[in-house]
Amino acid sequence: MQTALRTSLPETELASRASFAPHARVVREERPVQTSGLPLSIRGLRKSFGSNEVLRGIDLHIPAGQFVAIVGKSGCGKSTLLRLIAGLDKIDAGSIGFGGDVQPADIRVMFQEPRLLPWARVLANVEVGLGRDRASQDAHARAEKALAEVGLADKRDQWPSVLSGGQKQRVALGRALVSRPRVLALDEPLGALDALTRISMQRLLERVWRDQGFTAILVTHDVSEAVALADRVLVIEEGRIAHDVVVNAARPRQRGSAELAGLEGSILSHLLSADDRT
Amino acid sequence: MSLIDSISLPRSMRLPRVDGLVQWIVPLAIIAIWQVACVTGFVPTRVLPAPSDVALAGWKLLLSGELARNIWVSFWRASIGFLIGGSIGFAFGLANGLSQLSAKLTDTTLQMVRNVPHLALIPLVILWFGIDESAKLFLVALGVFFPIYLNTLHGIRTVDPQLIEMGRIYGMTDGELFRRVIFPGALPSIFVGIRFALGIMWLTLIVAETIAASSGLGYMAMQAREFMLIDVVVLSILIYALLGKLADSSSRVLERLTLSWHPAFQKR
Ligand SMILES: Nc1ncnc2c1ncn2[C@@H]1O[C@H](COP(=O)(O)OP(=O)(O)OP(=O)(O)O)[C@@H](O)[C@H]1O
Ligand SMILES: [Mg+2]
Repeated sequence: MQTALRTSLPETELASRASFAPHARVVREERPVQTSGLPLSIRGLRKSFGSNEVLRGIDLHIPAGQFVAIVGKSGCGKSTLLRLIAGLDKIDAGSIGFGGDVQPADIRVMFQEPRLLPWARVLANVEVGLGRDRASQDAHARAEKALAEVGLADKRDQWPSVLSGGQKQRVALGRALVSRPRVLALDEPLGALDALTRISMQRLLERVWRDQGFTAILVTHDVSEAVALADRVLVIEEGRIAHDVVVNAARPRQRGSAELAGLEGSILSHLLSADDRT
Repeated sequence: MSLIDSISLPRSMRLPRVDGLVQWIVPLAIIAIWQVACVTGFVPTRVLPAPSDVALAGWKLLLSGELARNIWVSFWRASIGFLIGGSIGFAFGLANGLSQLSAKLTDTTLQMVRNVPHLALIPLVILWFGIDESAKLFLVALGVFFPIYLNTLHGIRTVDPQLIEMGRIYGMTDGELFRRVIFPGALPSIFVGIRFALGIMWLTLIVAETIAASSGLGYMAMQAREFMLIDVVVLSILIYALLGKLADSSSRVLERLTLSWHPAFQKR
């Protein structure tokens, strides 16, 4: 636990590097010390596909256990950033550090598609998330516990094809959580769900995040979702972090409260003004 | 050879048990009409013997043990040839689906060989093997090889890349990835290949046994033709039809057991 909380850079240097660090420090002090999350420091991160420069130098520090939302217009590189954090693509330049040693099972990703194995029962799909621990004796028990956490204990023996979209996504969440990850990266995981299911999934996500204390990085195109869930909203424009907005509203948050609506409005106007400029 | 075939066919299997009998109404009606046509003399028995005569011929051959022996010989040739050709086709399909190098090395050659109708090789095969068992096994194996090879390859190549990425993220080893993601994903397509192969298996065997054999159903039919035993000729043809149906049904049962996760196979 001690090593995990240690960042690769001294706190002061980080603070001077990134203008948003003061906010981050505030948020960090609010969170309980015993979080199991990992801090994340990204420095000078670049990524291009051919001549298309997608990320042009991202500098970012996320304290352990923070819930960060990333918004930005389509094609701005949100998914690319997330894939780099999850180690799914190669970095061109810069670095991503988790402040200490990380195991592959410490970082989990959830995608817009549930990506369940259609030929495995729900419980077996959750067991996939155990990674190398799949063969261990308590694999079943752990998978069942994760399934219960996402409220699908009674579906353990079903085929994925009979589940609804929201239920499939909950199984995918259970699979991502079963190994007790310390960073959870989510790429528009609720994008394909209807409004009501979305809201209940958001609540579920917030609950497990509060229970488990992992660091959450949520890419979303829904600004209201971002302000409802996140401690901090990052706006990406032209390959950089253009805005870093702290959401200080107390939890549990009141959906549609004036405070959140105001924040949502200001983030949306950032996004729209950027759109007008291009 | 599309996946659609494999998906739409089993739909009928979801129907209740009573409807399982429905499929036999048409064959039975045809036999009844056939019997009536023969008995009334509408069709001369020189052209087509009555079903009752065919059944009688079958009964006689059964008593003499000849029928069982010939069916067994044909069945044995079909299964062994299928196993040999199917395993080699499956192995090449796996290798070429999983390894770029292997695909580059052999796929073009196999595609070229595929365009030669394998029955055109009969004269050559007789020269090589005589009318020995190996000639028939070789032809059946060759005929079965391509549908299984092509469909295994297609199945493996079209496994959802997102699922493969998911497997890698969750730390599956290559072996696990194959066992848990790639093979199950390719299975529906492999079954399409198996069903095509079963059809080709019987076709090849009939032709090979008719031309070059000293036992088996095809041989029995040819012998009967020489002695003008038209009822035995018709009997052989009917047995071929039944064996073909049997092979198809067993592959479907196997399919239903292994693909029970597939929405098309689930009871509504
Ligand atoms: N594998 C790839 N090869 C080539 N170009 C890519 C690849 N992945 C992404 N890109 C390009 O990088 C840019 C950013 O893509 P990315 O998927 O990160 O956008 P995004 O912000 O997630 O968009 P959206 O909100 O629509 O999901 C796009 O212009 C896209 O075309
Ligand atoms: Mg995206």
